[in-house]
Amino acid sequence: MANVLHIVVCAGMAPDPLQTLEPTTGPNGPGIKNEMVLPAVLDPWAASALYEAASLAAKNPGSKVWLVSLGPKAKLQQVMMTVAQKVGFELVPVDGPIGGFPDAHATAAALADAIEAIPGLDRARLLVFGGWESATRGAGVTLQLVGERLGIVDQFQGVDQITLREDGSFEVLERVEGGKHQVSVCAGAPAVLGWATGNLPEPRNNPQVGMANMRTIMPALQKAKSVALEANGLKYVAVNLPRQQRETRVEKNLSAEEIAREIVEWIEKDNR
Amino acid sequence: MESILVLTHADETGSALTKASLEAVTAGVDLAARLGAELAIGIVAKHASHAAAQVAGAANRLLAVQGEAFAQARFASDAAACTEICRAAMPAIVVAPDSSRFARVMAVVAARVGGAIDTHITAIGGAEAVEATRWFYRHRIEAVITRDKRPWFLLLDAGTHAPYAGEGPHAQPDEIAIAAELPEMRTQVTGFRAPKLDQQTIRPDAKLLFVAGAGWTKKQPDGQVHVEEAGNLILRFLHLSGASLGSSKSLVDQGGEGQPVLPFLTHLNQVGQTGSTPRHPKGLATCCHGEEPHVVGWRFIGERRAVSLDANCGWTRGKADVVYVADAFAVMTKVNELLGEAASRS
Ligand SMILES: Cc1cc2nc3c(=O)[nH]c(=O)nc-3n(C[C@H](O)[C@H](O)[C@H](O)COP(=O)(O)OP(=O)(O)OC[C@H]3O[C@@H](n4cnc5c(N)ncnc54)[C@H](O)[C@@H]3O)c2cc1C
Repeated sequence: MANVLHIVVCAGMAPDPLQTLEPTTGPNGPGIKNEMVLPAVLDPWAASALYEAASLAAKNPGSKVWLVSLGPKAKLQQVMMTVAQKVGFELVPVDGPIGGFPDAHATAAALADAIEAIPGLDRARLLVFGGWESATRGAGVTLQLVGERLGIVDQFQGVDQITLREDGSFEVLERVEGGKHQVSVCAGAPAVLGWATGNLPEPRNNPQVGMANMRTIMPALQKAKSVALEANGLKYVAVNLPRQQRETRVEKNLSAEEIAREIVEWIEKDNR
Repeated sequence: MESILVLTHADETGSALTKASLEAVTAGVDLAARLGAELAIGIVAKHASHAAAQVAGAANRLLAVQGEAFAQARFASDAAACTEICRAAMPAIVVAPDSSRFARVMAVVAARVGGAIDTHITAIGGAEAVEATRWFYRHRIEAVITRDKRPWFLLLDAGTHAPYAGEGPHAQPDEIAIAAELPEMRTQVTGFRAPKLDQQTIRPDAKLLFVAGAGWTKKQPDGQVHVEEAGNLILRFLHLSGASLGSSKSLVDQGGEGQPVLPFLTHLNQVGQTGSTPRHPKGLATCCHGEEPHVVGWRFIGERRAVSLDANCGWTRGKADVVYVADAFAVMTKVNELLGEAASRS
């Protein structure tokens, strides 16, 4: 079989987007107030990567998906309760700090070490997937650094589509400026793909998939290696919520015509 | 003394620098002046001479990697080019645009020269040390950071500085050609895929961002959905106003969930936490509810107005300048009429 793929998805956790976030400072630097107890989700763009990985693996029999995730063990366990019901994967947990403030370089080193230690991983068939940016740090550098540490010289970011060809080569669509996609053709694995939204809807929860995944997730969590992340000289001078509050004028009793006139005047104000 | 390198790249013509590159040059010039530092400018292009002329006045040194291989925005060649320029310049601080081309490679370049990187920088300041401002948690928390590690790479978000306009403190230095050894290329960029010109709804340079929410495809007071009418109203408005189109997640997701959709919308239009956070002087949100479109999606929008049926939408309070509680179908029909009349007069 030419197209057996070993897909490793790197995905962190993020607070559920509907939560209100408040920064605090703790002994290890800045953090989010109560971040450990805020409801969390698998980081959204990395979640797209996971669904795309599962779909690609399903189309290429013999392929396998691993999910490498760094975070506090207890939090990982919580988030896996839902994620595990979506698609099949083997979890490679790394027990480490939560949130977007720890340094990305250190996070990447820990993830690359975890990937290198995966038993049976065939580096010639390896596709490293993840989100092109996290919803926490939002830096878009972690996956690149993981790829570099693994010696992978073909990398793509802002990916919305991969089309695998019979000979193992693939076409990739990456987001570029101005609402366009850049189209590239790569000779084949190994490669790094940082995903944007992709094309797949979130899979429905499937309790059977969940049960199968959980059998390996729980022992993996128990054995998860702990890592401390170095700061790499990164210091936070200030961490704040945006202060800017606007005086909002609420117009409840204007006719559509009156509103339209105001809007048009406003749009054209500096356009003339 | 900190020495500074600004890395730039050409646009699709292969020879002119991108606007975001010129913005990075401005940031580099400002920083060099403040620190009393030497400034070098690195150029990655198919043909570097035009680009070099654009910025020559800004720098003490110009370093260029050029050739056919660098016409493409490709990881392996761009990483090699930027690494070689850094090795030649030996800077303490590297400033570069956070463009799709450089964002793809710059962390690896930083790693190859033993440095560290921070991205999506919106401001560079600091009195003694260099300090950089960036957002965390998708534009919900703002932080100022600094690093001891050198070289320190700062990728600047587009729209945060004025583009460099050619008046610099320096006599034009000679361009120094840098050779970048390339490994065997396993990837070829074969082109771009974009909606046809008249269907392109994402216009980064537009004065106005028009955000459409899921309300456009929801049941209206007459108990019906009016998706076709909504689509026509929005497209007509974009045509008449030249606005760029943003969308809430709920609206773009409807396609995947089998609900009625606006055919011209894709995830590229989505603003918010898992979408983009574009910069435009003005924003008009219609049929939206919630933090995403109103807070995260227009974090970098100057003047903000919203039209919504929901008189109690708390998300717009304190975030928008004006909220019109009204039916967006009626309002936008009138807006289009007025814009149409104005267009036919001129
Ligand atoms: C992991 C995750 C990531 C997310 N990321 C994003 C993101 O990046 N971007 C994003 O936008 N959302 C995101 N969301 C979703 C977000 O939380 C909100 O659910 C979403 O933004 C709401 O979309 P909406 O305002 O279009 O729709 P709705 O909440 O359905 O609101 C529709 C509004 O339209 C109004 N309306 C209806 N008809 C009319 C009319 N005729 N005239 C005027 N007003 C009318 C209604 O009163 C209502 O206020 C995310 C959610 C999750 C869980």
